[in-house]
Amino acid sequence: MRDTWQDFIKFFTSLKLTVVLLALSIVLIFWATIAQVQLGIWGVQEQFFKTFFVLKKIPGTEIPVPVFPGGYFIGGLLLINLIAAHVYRFRFTWAKSGIQLTHAGLILLLLGELFTGLWQEDYQLRLDVGQAKNYSESFRDQELAITDKTDPDFDDVVVLPDKLLAHRGAVQHSTLPFRIVIRDYFPNAVPQSRDQVPANAGLPQATMGFGRDFTVIPLPLSYRQDQSNLAAALVELIGPGGSLGTWLLSAHPFVRPQPFEYDGRHFELSLRFARNYKPFSLTLLELRHDVYPGTDIPKNFSSRVRLSQPDAHADREVLIYMNNPLRYGGLTFYQYQMDSASGYSVLQVVRNPSWMLPYVSCILMMLGLLIQFGISLFRFTGKRRAAVGAANTATATPAATAA
Amino acid sequence: MKRFLPLLALALGALWLASSLAPRRADPDYDLEGFGRLPILANGRIKPIDTVARSSLLQLQGRQRVSTGSGGSLSPNAWLATVFFDSARADRLRVFEIVHPEVLTLFNLRPEDGDGKKRFSFVQLSGRFPELMRQSQLAQQTESAQRSAFQRAVIQLHLNLNLYHELRHTLTAPESDDFLGELLRFQDTLPAGIAAVRARQAGEPYDQASFDAMLAGGQRYDALSTASSLRPIPPSARAHASAIADADAAANTTGAAPTAAPAAAAPAPSTPALANASASDWRSTGMALLETFETGLVNHNVLAYAGLAHAWRAQKPEQFNEVVRLFRAQLGTDFAPELRKTDIEARFNAAQPFYRSMVLYVLAFVLAIISWLRWPEALGRSAFWLTLLAFIATSAGIATRMWLEGRPPVTNLYSSALFVGWGAVLLCLVLEALFKNAIGSVAGGLIGFAALLIAHHLSLSGDTLEMMRAVLDSNFWLATHVIIITIGYSATFLAGFLALIYIVRGAFTRSLDKPTADALSRMVYGIVCFATLFSLVGTVLGGIWADQSWGRFWGWDPKENGALIIVIWNAIILHARWGGLVRQRGLMCLAVFGNIVTAWSWFGTNMLGIGLHSYGFMDAAFWWLSAFVLSQLALIATALLRPLRISSKSPHT
Repeated sequence: MRDTWQDFIKFFTSLKLTVVLLALSIVLIFWATIAQVQLGIWGVQEQFFKTFFVLKKIPGTEIPVPVFPGGYFIGGLLLINLIAAHVYRFRFTWAKSGIQLTHAGLILLLLGELFTGLWQEDYQLRLDVGQAKNYSESFRDQELAITDKTDPDFDDVVVLPDKLLAHRGAVQHSTLPFRIVIRDYFPNAVPQSRDQVPANAGLPQATMGFGRDFTVIPLPLSYRQDQSNLAAALVELIGPGGSLGTWLLSAHPFVRPQPFEYDGRHFELSLRFARNYKPFSLTLLELRHDVYPGTDIPKNFSSRVRLSQPDAHADREVLIYMNNPLRYGGLTFYQYQMDSASGYSVLQVVRNPSWMLPYVSCILMMLGLLIQFGISLFRFTGKRRAAVGAANTATATPAATAA
Repeated sequence: MKRFLPLLALALGALWLASSLAPRRADPDYDLEGFGRLPILANGRIKPIDTVARSSLLQLQGRQRVSTGSGGSLSPNAWLATVFFDSARADRLRVFEIVHPEVLTLFNLRPEDGDGKKRFSFVQLSGRFPELMRQSQLAQQTESAQRSAFQRAVIQLHLNLNLYHELRHTLTAPESDDFLGELLRFQDTLPAGIAAVRARQAGEPYDQASFDAMLAGGQRYDALSTASSLRPIPPSARAHASAIADADAAANTTGAAPTAAPAAAAPAPSTPALANASASDWRSTGMALLETFETGLVNHNVLAYAGLAHAWRAQKPEQFNEVVRLFRAQLGTDFAPELRKTDIEARFNAAQPFYRSMVLYVLAFVLAIISWLRWPEALGRSAFWLTLLAFIATSAGIATRMWLEGRPPVTNLYSSALFVGWGAVLLCLVLEALFKNAIGSVAGGLIGFAALLIAHHLSLSGDTLEMMRAVLDSNFWLATHVIIITIGYSATFLAGFLALIYIVRGAFTRSLDKPTADALSRMVYGIVCFATLFSLVGTVLGGIWADQSWGRFWGWDPKENGALIIVIWNAIILHARWGGLVRQRGLMCLAVFGNIVTAWSWFGTNMLGIGLHSYGFMDAAFWWLSAFVLSQLALIATALLRPLRISSKSPHT
């Protein structure tokens, strides 16, 4: 038993394991880089890094087989290896302080990436010139929103996230006088006029609103960075007195919210990118897209916005441009895209509570390596000087130093 | 003799480098150097005409000299003056390099028709332009990564012809036999023409002929303004009546001695409007001519260039030189800082510090190799001095580029090649100063030469002092992340090249003795430590920059992955050595593989044509990269399969 434990410790603290894991990680990263040409950056992240195993389907079947350890597997083992080796062998000496500091920094960096993966949230905020918004929208997640607009002073909104829609089934909410039944859901689909497709194509059909004249054509999921998947859903609303009808919803920007009335109240149905509301608002005052004279090379993209939060006594102008984001309220706003011709600017909004960790770990690792190699260099030049001195006193021939 | 050899090498090398700074005249009659120093705004930057000439020729034909067909050759400035001022003659000069046989077939041309079997003239190509356009449009419908060699060649030729078209329309209208005369006639008819236009607008009777002349002029200069994106005309206050140019023009057309002009060339007072002028106020010749309709006066800078054209075509060098001198003196009042930059840039172009360094690196390499067989002390020392000289010349070249651009040294792939070589040679000089066994000089000479050779090939795509795209426009991060990661590349390459020396000497010669082998091993280890430090810190700083500008620390972008692989590879080498998994030979093999890893990260990732970093895409280099990888693998195999001979005694003792 003791031997087994010893072997176990030996395995997890060995340098050989470190080297093997590092070598495996190089293969994984190289493979993933090549695969990016086909899969795109999101696909590679999902299939190579944010997974325990790289899965490949057996040719001709749909059966996935693990073919290579994935990012979580290698990264996790490396972290265990690193921590185990240090816990087990840790003994502070000045000679090793540099190495220990470097590895502490590395542990922090890996943990930081783990926390980022777990906690980071990305949104985008699209603003037309003059427009004010107090919410940003997800890049990929979508939601079904039922907005009660009866009161002119405020909207009452019920949202169903797309994960719920994917299960289909029925939802009852206490503030709504009807049940929502998801008849069909497509994670990526494009709207198409009904008269453009054959009647018997089996495509979704609705009795109310937009879906009377239009249908949607399902598309395969896209992992490309420059494309987003636009979901569509066929929903039926059922009140106490029976069905209100079916609606076809699509997240395509071409499709507007669909109004209807029931029980004396005004509602709107829409499928939209998931919104994240903030206690403050941003107004786009001016956008600039400068190019170098006589060229198309972009010189500068910037958005001048007004940031206002009455309850925090904040009301000021901010200039957001490349390499100069705005950090406010735990969020960071980056200049992301811009179309100066159409007069809109898109900011990327990121919430990442662990954003400081890479900075700290960078300082730790730099210090650690400097100490370590500084000590080595000092020792080496000392030895060298001694050797040269000895050689010079022993023989006066320069050939001895040349050798 | 032996004792003075190092001093002699140092003195001769220094003299040769210094001689490059001496002014030379390419043409005994025309002041082409003065012409080449005149400023022009191209690709977003004010640069000397000399740079436009050189970078255009590099793009068109891969070299800077133009052969005239009758055995003679033209300097870049002479060629560009011909394109600007006498395009009928320029059209017959063979400057378009075409090597793809199927592209030649498009034009019904055979290699024998070309200069050097690959360079053809505009006239030779002109018959088949519509077909070229069609092929180019077809090729552009294919995604760039999937294009065939033929499609790429067609698109490149199309781009080259566009460039040539722009150059022809930069200073004059090429179809005009006497542009100066045309402009002067235009100036004379202007009052009557404007009166006719105003009268017509007011519904009053007007002179039809004058009106038509105005309309034709407007259409003509409008076409000229869209034909070229180069902007040679500096901003001028409207009050700047063109005394000087008028005087020149009068002198030129009447054929009077140009010495009459200086009296009128008194510097015009600088106006407040000019003090605020920026690069975006520079205009093309066509744009400046269109302004004539508002100002009533033909722009004097346009007239000055037209005067140059007149003198050039009339083959009157004194007149040409006088106009250059006067025009420059007049520019000097308002554009002294710009002229200082263009002067230094033209001087820098002519001195060719990187080319001269290449020669010195080769010499140092050869001397250092010979020093292992004969005269180790004298030749080794000579090689060291030559390497140092080449390093100083490269440093001066890089510093000049930094001053011209106002940027840290690495801003694009070209400058990264310069800097990788620079960093590696610096480390080699330190090694050589410590070890004095000529290994540093051999490695320095080899890497210095190779890096400059790579840089030369990267310079073929155009001007290497490019404007920074908005996303990269941060001097702080360019000075930290980019510098540090590039030194990381340098050090990883250096470790690999030192290991190559070990393997080649051990496998193919008897020159590797035990002390040298141990010294090499220590060098490689030390350099790998250094490389780990710089590539790790550089990579993490890159992550922080990405966090600052794109909102994520790490995104698995190809270039990021490449940098990470270098860090991990260096970490593997260190851990394998600490863990006793490899000894001397294993260490060397791992270090050589580091060359492959670094070459992949530096160039291979750019060839994928994806990701945020893929601003340096190029494809011809793919085959070179493959060849390099194969050669490194072959050497690793050699080291593993062939017994390395390490004699226990030094051959020198």
